[in-house]
Amino acid sequence: MVMSTETDRKTPTRRRFVQATLRTAAGAGACGLGLALFAAQSRSLPADALRPPGALPEPQFLSACVRCGLCVRACPYDTLTLADLAAGPAAGTPFFRARQIPCEMCEDIPCVKTCPTGALDKSLTDIGAARMGVAVIVSRDTCLNLQGLRCDVCYRVCPVIDQAITLEQTHNRRTGKHAVFEPVVHPDACTGCGKCEKSCVLTDAAIKVLPLGLAAGRQDEHYRRGWEEKRKAGRELVPGLIDLPDRLPEAKP
Amino acid sequence: MTARIQARIAGREAWALHGWWTAHKYLILRRLTQLGVLALFLSGPLAGVWIAKGTLAASLTFDALPLTDPFVVLQSLAARHWPETTALTGVAIVAGFYLVFGGRTFCAWVCPVNPVTDLAAWMRRRLGVEKGFSMRRETRWLVALAVLAAAAATGTVAWEMINPVTLIYRAALFGTLAGLAVVVAVFVFDLVVARDGWCGHVCPIGTAYALIGKATLLRVSARGRARCDDCLDCFAVCPESHVIAPALRGRDGAGPVIASGDCTACGRCVDVCPERVFAFTHRFDTRVDAAVPPPPPAAGRSAPAALEKA
Ligand code: SF4
Ligand code: SF4
Ligand code: SF4
Ligand code: SF4
Repeated sequence: MVMSTETDRKTPTRRRFVQATLRTAAGAGACGLGLALFAAQSRSLPADALRPPGALPEPQFLSACVRCGLCVRACPYDTLTLADLAAGPAAGTPFFRARQIPCEMCEDIPCVKTCPTGALDKSLTDIGAARMGVAVIVSRDTCLNLQGLRCDVCYRVCPVIDQAITLEQTHNRRTGKHAVFEPVVHPDACTGCGKCEKSCVLTDAAIKVLPLGLAAGRQDEHYRRGWEEKRKAGRELVPGLIDLPDRLPEAKP
Repeated sequence: MTARIQARIAGREAWALHGWWTAHKYLILRRLTQLGVLALFLSGPLAGVWIAKGTLAASLTFDALPLTDPFVVLQSLAARHWPETTALTGVAIVAGFYLVFGGRTFCAWVCPVNPVTDLAAWMRRRLGVEKGFSMRRETRWLVALAVLAAAAATGTVAWEMINPVTLIYRAALFGTLAGLAVVVAVFVFDLVVARDGWCGHVCPIGTAYALIGKATLLRVSARGRARCDDCLDCFAVCPESHVIAPALRGRDGAGPVIASGDCTACGRCVDVCPERVFAFTHRFDTRVDAAVPPPPPAAGRSAPAALEKA
């Protein structure tokens, strides 16, 4: 009520001014809201897109990377590209697809060195410590090694061979007399470079590098492994525990 | 009367009086500078001669000179990331440069969107498109604030996803062609929706440079304003025509220098003025040419003052 009487008293010019100002503010607000919705929508990274080495965790990366492409220029292997406006990683941000061109893990890490904003963290000085993603055998029923053949290609190309991928020997249940050499990835050593995915001989790779958040689990903070605590402490944590003899199911008393 | 104003093509009289080069000098120099800056970036990917790397968001020239766009870094700060020294040094160099050489000089001499919006404005004049949707001048400040709010709310350098300035550079240098859709939209917006809509009222990159322009040294002066015969050619070509009147008319004791940060220092008014009223100078230049005896009133050259505000 009070509002309307006040409006009535205003001159038409003044009312027009207020209306125009409100319209402008509303327009700018709508503009900002639309942009925010668009930006929020493109915050998630597709599962086959990997960030360059040293990239901050995705949310921080999106606040830091100015989409300048200097890392793309620095990469001697043309691994990195900038995302286009169409679907994919946030427009303009650098990424690579392992199956196309993997990261060659340059020792001097030129991409990180050139980043002007810190979106690629300069505290990464040893490329072996990079965590661009983590390799996973996504297809156990097509991986040749798991069929009992000796392909071994992913194992052999891995720059961190015998640490990031090992071949674990098990019994071949199908033939009954051969061995299976299963490629097993160890996330604590895998840099996510993508060379294994790139070189998998199958048309659809059986090993793929996935973003850490998707493929790597995390131990709960409160969880303690008794055997590790014991090793750290150098002694039994609960003294005087009786170690009962283990009984195998088929063992006859 | 409207028909006669439209029949007059801005710049033709200056061309007839002073020759083609004088009437197009700054326009041509600007196009050459815009292409030249792009060429510094393109020579690497095209010919293997690496001069400038990166884009207009952030770049590195001769592997030594870092340059960073101020508004891009402002967004990063709004998104709560404190950039590394290289990016901040780049902003300091860019801001320092434009504090001397005219703030929105970036817009008129470097930005790749400028030829696009200039083309839209030129087509508007030639086709006689109505002024269209009128936007208030403050719009640009509110849009810039809204964009910073969006960056803060999403924690991302949000504008860089749709910023046509860097989208053109990314398309030319990194082949991300889908981004050019935004540039087409900007062109259509300027052509059919609002005159000088994008650069004059929306683009927050230009707004940041307009802020720098409020204090910059390089300016255009209407030093010869006494000679002005109200042909209105300068108002017709100026992308920010509201900046001219105070300096040209000198009402309320206004000096001859175009002081508004909105002026892009494009020099088009210098080009098209048949009376050579305008000149580049510095902010503190108060010189005004002595008045000449008024020319005989040319028929049909009355001063429709209302048009100046158009
Ligand atoms: S470490 Fe080397 S190969 Fe890998 S992305 Fe960086 S520059 Fe390219
Ligand atoms: S160099 Fe840094 S800021 Fe530039 S695109 Fe690469 S990650 Fe982003
Ligand atoms: S991604 Fe593959 S090749 Fe690269 S380190 Fe990990 S397991 Fe090895
Ligand atoms: S206002 Fe924006 S788009 Fe227009 S010329 Fe300036 S920076 Fe470029």
